[in-house]
Amino acid sequence: MSLEWVITILTDNWPMFLRGAGMTLLISIIGTLIGAAIGLFIGIVHTIPMPERGLKRYVQKLINFLLSAYVEFFRGTPMIVQAMVIFYGSAMAFGIDMDVFTAAVFIVSINTGAYMAEIVRGGIISVDKGQFEAAQAIGMDHFQTMINIVLPQVVRNILPATGNQFVINIKDTAVLNVIGVTELYFQTKSVSGNNFRYFESFFIASILYFIMTFTVTLLLRRLERKMAGPANYSMIGGLPMQVVNPEDKEHKIKE
Amino acid sequence: MEKVIEIQHLSKSFGTHEVLKDIDFAVSKGEVVCVIGSSGSGKSTLLRCVNLLEKPSGGKIIYHGENILDDRHDIHAYRTKLGMVFQQFNLFNNHNVLNNCVVGQMKVLKRKRPKAEEIAKKYLQVVGMDQYINAKPEHLSGGQKQRVAIARALSMEPDVMLFDEPTSALDPEMVGEVLKVMKDLAKSGLTMLIVTHEMEFAKEVADRVVFMDKGVIVEEGPPEQIFNNPEKERTQEFLKRTLN
Repeated sequence: MSLEWVITILTDNWPMFLRGAGMTLLISIIGTLIGAAIGLFIGIVHTIPMPERGLKRYVQKLINFLLSAYVEFFRGTPMIVQAMVIFYGSAMAFGIDMDVFTAAVFIVSINTGAYMAEIVRGGIISVDKGQFEAAQAIGMDHFQTMINIVLPQVVRNILPATGNQFVINIKDTAVLNVIGVTELYFQTKSVSGNNFRYFESFFIASILYFIMTFTVTLLLRRLERKMAGPANYSMIGGLPMQVVNPEDKEHKIKE
Repeated sequence: MEKVIEIQHLSKSFGTHEVLKDIDFAVSKGEVVCVIGSSGSGKSTLLRCVNLLEKPSGGKIIYHGENILDDRHDIHAYRTKLGMVFQQFNLFNNHNVLNNCVVGQMKVLKRKRPKAEEIAKKYLQVVGMDQYINAKPEHLSGGQKQRVAIARALSMEPDVMLFDEPTSALDPEMVGEVLKVMKDLAKSGLTMLIVTHEMEFAKEVADRVVFMDKGVIVEEGPPEQIFNNPEKERTQEFLKRTLN
């Protein structure tokens, strides 16, 4: 009976599954965060106004070209191939002996960064042009405008897409088993290699993957709702329509 | 009288389309100047050129004796001296009313938060929005947004306020509240450059009215002269069309 096998496999191997799931989650979280940072950085650099002439213009064009090349290359090749090239390539070509975990985080990060760069670009474009103009009109330079006005709005805009990328990363880290990362797929393969119950073992893995992705989806939805802010506001001073006391802690002006 | 901003031979083209042609024009301290003209006459572009949201194609903008179109000039510092009010309000969506008026003071003028909040509240009171400091822009009506936008510009304590058709995007019943705030400001001696379609308002508050058509200044002078005895034929035609 399959169910009995599932229970047996679980009772015998649960630490391995748990360690695998933990590793999967850890690599995905770090990879998504670093990737999002890379994406934001590229997004800001791409929107720096181009000087009309001079050396700066060429430097900026070169940087933009290199960043675009990076984005296109990593979006256009499978992560499983990138993993092989980077892990074995760095050892053979440059003599860098990366440990497997570092390599895994590195691969997921730069892969995510390439996708996030495009997501951030879309997020910046979707911010109303008037926001940039108003910020410039009170004397902000490009970076002040970006950090104080535009990026907070971008982050809110791209949150759903970033969450989606996180979910994709949880699933796609499975390909990292080719370089021997002990994530969930790798662990499941080890378990099933011992007991030859492929269906039951991978059934357990699929449930674990689903629990992780679905939890992330639910958490992100809550975060989105929270970032949308309260639907109401309180007035300051004695107006007849005032229903809350502005002295109340939750209604105090936030720093 | 001391000139705050002086524009000399200013021109602006979008591609081959010449929007502004050889504009000469100045604003003196304490003066309220209204720019009128039909849509497409270049009056908004002129205003946007003054604070460099559009880069002029030629000419000079003299501020405190210096041409700020020189490459070396710090345009960010210059812009803090000009308060800009947009047709579409353009309040910062990620900040509440108070922070809209505070963020520029803190980040650009490097004022400390308590000081910046004090100044912001002072000007929010001037525009009658001090009770809404907790509200986000999305909670406000158009007229309220525009009043906050005026307070935001005032909080930077600029030398000149620029208004780019501040009431054109408002519902008719909200135009009044914004115009009232602007009238009060005009009376307080603030230097103002206003692009507007509100002829009655211009007649009432302007010290000088500038009529623009097809990218040139056709006529300028005190409101009584422009509205009652315009010299140029184009001005007469325009006023006949708009005042009836």
